[in-house]
Amino acid sequence: MAGDYLDRLRREGRIVIVGASLAGLRAAETLRAEGFTGELTLIGDEPHEPYDRPPLSKSVLLGMASPRRTELPHRREIDAKWRLGIAATGLDLAAKRVRLADGDEVPYDRLLIATGVRARPWLKEDEARLDGVCLLRTRDDAADLVQRLDAGPRRVFVIGAGFAGSEVASACREKGIPVTVAERAGAPLVGALGGVIGAVAADLQTENGVDLRTHVTVTGLEGDSIGRVRAVHLSDESVVEADVVVVSLGSQRNTEWLTGSGLGAGPRGIACDAGCRAFDFRGIVTDDVFVAGDVARSPHALFGYQFLSLEHWGNAVAQAETAAHNMICHGADRRPHLWMPAFWSSMFGVNIKSVGVPPMGDQLMITQGSLAERRFVGVYGYQGRVIAAVTFDNARWLEFYARQIERGAPFPVEYPTMDRRPENRQPVAADFPDPSLPTHGPTVTLSGYSPADQQLVFHPARH
Amino acid sequence: MRLVVDLNKCQGYAQCAFLAPDVFAMHGEESLIYNPHAPEEQRERLARAVAACPVQAITADGLEDFTGEPGPGPGQVASDGR
Ligand SMILES: Cc1cc2nc3c(=O)[nH]c(=O)nc-3n(C[C@H](O)[C@H](O)[C@H](O)COP(=O)(O)OP(=O)(O)OC[C@H]3O[C@@H](n4cnc5c(N)ncnc54)[C@H](O)[C@@H]3O)c2cc1C
Ligand code: SF4
Repeated sequence: MAGDYLDRLRREGRIVIVGASLAGLRAAETLRAEGFTGELTLIGDEPHEPYDRPPLSKSVLLGMASPRRTELPHRREIDAKWRLGIAATGLDLAAKRVRLADGDEVPYDRLLIATGVRARPWLKEDEARLDGVCLLRTRDDAADLVQRLDAGPRRVFVIGAGFAGSEVASACREKGIPVTVAERAGAPLVGALGGVIGAVAADLQTENGVDLRTHVTVTGLEGDSIGRVRAVHLSDESVVEADVVVVSLGSQRNTEWLTGSGLGAGPRGIACDAGCRAFDFRGIVTDDVFVAGDVARSPHALFGYQFLSLEHWGNAVAQAETAAHNMICHGADRRPHLWMPAFWSSMFGVNIKSVGVPPMGDQLMITQGSLAERRFVGVYGYQGRVIAAVTFDNARWLEFYARQIERGAPFPVEYPTMDRRPENRQPVAADFPDPSLPTHGPTVTLSGYSPADQQLVFHPARH
Repeated sequence: MRLVVDLNKCQGYAQCAFLAPDVFAMHGEESLIYNPHAPEEQRERLARAVAACPVQAITADGLEDFTGEPGPGPGQVASDGR
């Protein structure tokens, strides 16, 4: 009987979580909170207990916190077996076992995969190895970068002006360090928020003394005789001398360890259903493998049931809670993961927040405040309804717009709003780059309708 | 003590920065930055900040003594992640 199986699972089953970070920890806590008393194992390749990443590019770079002290508080005792500093290297779906790098195998009754993403490294390996070429994803990355910034570099060069790169540039300026930012698109944050908002982000950067270069790509990193980076070469043939280069080109999903396992896992993540159950490569849903956090791609009813990958802190928490709940309950008690996408960032003293899926929007309307004052609400529309909103220093209105998105409220926004400016009565094109050219740092990726992750073109707003 | 702020929830009311200025600070008009590892001598201030946050965005551990509650303290317990 299914009921008996579930009772036994809850009482004495074995649950394994691969990926011991935000999603893994919150899932473990939820399992215990909901009465799971069996054996719980957390496997993580980083040698540290779960820590929080967002501070790494904010308070840590600003010197207000230590890169080594951002461990996440625990909401409760989880009584787990921790296997830290050791990677999972394979999965046997039929035998229900996870293979570890040291040859050990860990059997499970239910498995949660929360292996997240990693920073995309600089593509030329010999250049990536130059001393001074940095990434920012882990606390070790942050510790290294902080040390280099504290050493007073002559110039920092940031490749890629997504949120992470822009936050690094902001911290450098605040510390008085000269910084150059190179971006392939026409402005910072274009992949995430489109060209209209991107132009505001560009002004913010230049006004704060960032040497911003747009419509350029980096063609090469040049080292000196002892292997330290000394200059960056750009596609417009200019050369910028710098002794620290931060590569901020977005992320790659940690799914290689699942190659050949039969799961629907690939470069765009692991496809799962709304209940967080993983699909196999045939598009058939499994019932004992669950997915949560940055590595997941899951369909969302509010956004046309396309698969969404969200590199959002709040999504990792919410999806982990839902996955954990669904892992140990009956079909009828399961919940769908219908989280309203929400994101925050902070740069140059401005608080940037968004809800919904901005890259799906083709039109944009500034419903409150003004772009010039850098205090506004921008609402994105798609096929006649509100699909997303972004605020610059105006976060208190966001909740209202989240409800509008949930209700499928009509776009353009016709009702009167506080602080509506006469010049903002009509929507304008949101100006996202060609969706077939993925930009780094969209933070939300729409990846079509196929759970099998086979076509690598993705379908945002216009298809 | 460890702490984390759910900045999706945070409304920048700055109560925490007022009550525990060595742990929380406003950065610009409405962004909050904070030290995720508060030193022991901040215990009382931190507990007050957690309790005073109008949207319960702060989760901290190791504050049981101040609230009389077992477990995770007065911050969110089973949050919806927003
Ligand atoms: C610098 C920085 C700033 C950020 N700022 C914000 C922000 O302002 N707002 C926001 O919403 N989000 C932000 N984020 C994103 C947020 O941190 C992520 O969404 C969140 O960490 C996702 O959690 P996760 O547990 O899904 O994945 P991760 O945190 O990536 O954790 C996955 C874990 O699994 C481990 N792992 C991978 N492969 C294996 C394997 N084979 N075996 C064992 N373990 C493995 C990894 O090493 C890692 O520890 C930021 C991220 C970074 C790096
Ligand atoms: S008191 Fe709460 S809402 Fe206000 S700034 Fe602090 S964390 Fe944010």
